Amino acid sequence: MAVTGAILVLYLIAHMYGNLKIFSGQEAFDGYAHSLRELGYPMLPESGFLWIFRVVLLASVLIHAYAAVMLWRRANKARPAAQRYQVKKKVDRTYASYTMRYGGVLIALFVVFHILHLTTNDIAPGGASDSPYERLVNGFQPEFWYVTLFYVLSVIAVGLHLRHGIWSALATLGANRSSRQGKLNAVAVGIALIVTVGFLLPPLAVTFGLVS
Amino acid sequence: MNITLRVWRQKGPDDEGRLATYKLTDVSPDMSFLEMLDVLNEKLTLENEEPVAFDHDCREGICGACGVVIDGEAHGPERTTTCQLHMRSFKDGDTITVEPWRAKAFPVVKDLVVDRGAFDRIIQAGGYISAPTGTAPDAHANPIPKPDADRAFDAATCIGCGACVAACPNASSMLFTAAKVTHLGMLPQGQPERASRVVQMINQQDEEDFGGCTNIGECAAVCPKGIPLDTISQLNRDLLGSLSKGVG
Repeated sequence: MAVTGAILVLYLIAHMYGNLKIFSGQEAFDGYAHSLRELGYPMLPESGFLWIFRVVLLASVLIHAYAAVMLWRRANKARPAAQRYQVKKKVDRTYASYTMRYGGVLIALFVVFHILHLTTNDIAPGGASDSPYERLVNGFQPEFWYVTLFYVLSVIAVGLHLRHGIWSALATLGANRSSRQGKLNAVAVGIALIVTVGFLLPPLAVTFGLVS
Repeated sequence: MNITLRVWRQKGPDDEGRLATYKLTDVSPDMSFLEMLDVLNEKLTLENEEPVAFDHDCREGICGACGVVIDGEAHGPERTTTCQLHMRSFKDGDTITVEPWRAKAFPVVKDLVVDRGAFDRIIQAGGYISAPTGTAPDAHANPIPKPDADRAFDAATCIGCGACVAACPNASSMLFTAAKVTHLGMLPQGQPERASRVVQMINQQDEEDFGGCTNIGECAAVCPKGIPLDTISQLNRDLLGSLSKGVG
């Protein structure tokens, strides 16, 4: 859970960095997207690096989801429905910790839509294009507010997922000490906020006409 | 004080159970929560009703027998054991819901009494040392750095009450197990079994049908002895060390 989560967080940060190239204009953005296909070339076949990357990511997602389902099932077995509390109060837990399971499912569904939309372009609101920049600009026009809304909600779910997930991964990997607990949580909040804002900026900039 | 109690009544392990409502008048704010339950039971006995079964022993906050969930919090609103909770923590006219610990590994014996034998079996699986005991050794025979001694002692204050399991959304016993792993792992006497201990204890807690830890932190937040959450990270470090050595 922690190791695959860490791989996915590192990927998200790289992905966010690529997205922010939208503010450098169409050439920079498309050039960056294209350069990913040529990374490692000619040592690797064209798009070779990209496919290795995709396989690692897919394996991470599958292992991560498998571990999550196992934890979910174990929790339900450890306190079956017939044994639930009549009254249960939250003491110290964060809001983010409530969102991990259902938020995770939402994120998984979003990733499927997201790939169909902006990678394969099978779903193409505003028209398909060979230019990743145009796909992005077409897809988040104001008239497709529902696409943007789904994107925004999903990114917020990712942010909450990272808030608890990063902290939890650090604790699982043995990094927590009482003297550091506050700092580890601050790191989790910080990365979650940066990733959330970083992913929200490009589509919202398109919707509000700052990038066209 | 006038108090309305909603108490979980369950005749036995196989009974479905339900919340029963009782009204108590003239409750003194200086009564402990258990004394208030004693008053309720006297009243029920006089009315020819079955008294509420609840666990208790020392009533000094050191034995860990008396845990119940009060208004959705393990041991109630104060960070102490149920016996050290006093009625002054409630207001006149309050309705208080009292339930047993709820986990498959802690089956209800009757009413508020649960069987915490699963904890004993986790301890049996690895919560021991093989160093010879007997008369106390010289105090300076085994020098132990003060921070290690403090950390071991903090973890050793666990009374095994089970509040961590009761509060955990996953009904995981990780804090209990981690407290024992940290306690023994900090001290020289705990080293011979250190690598196998953590693996055996984890295997046993899985076998007892406790849930998995997701680092939510409700366990440490309700612990009447203040066992720190970082003991769980200590357990994970020991576990990584054991697995890398090929133990388990």
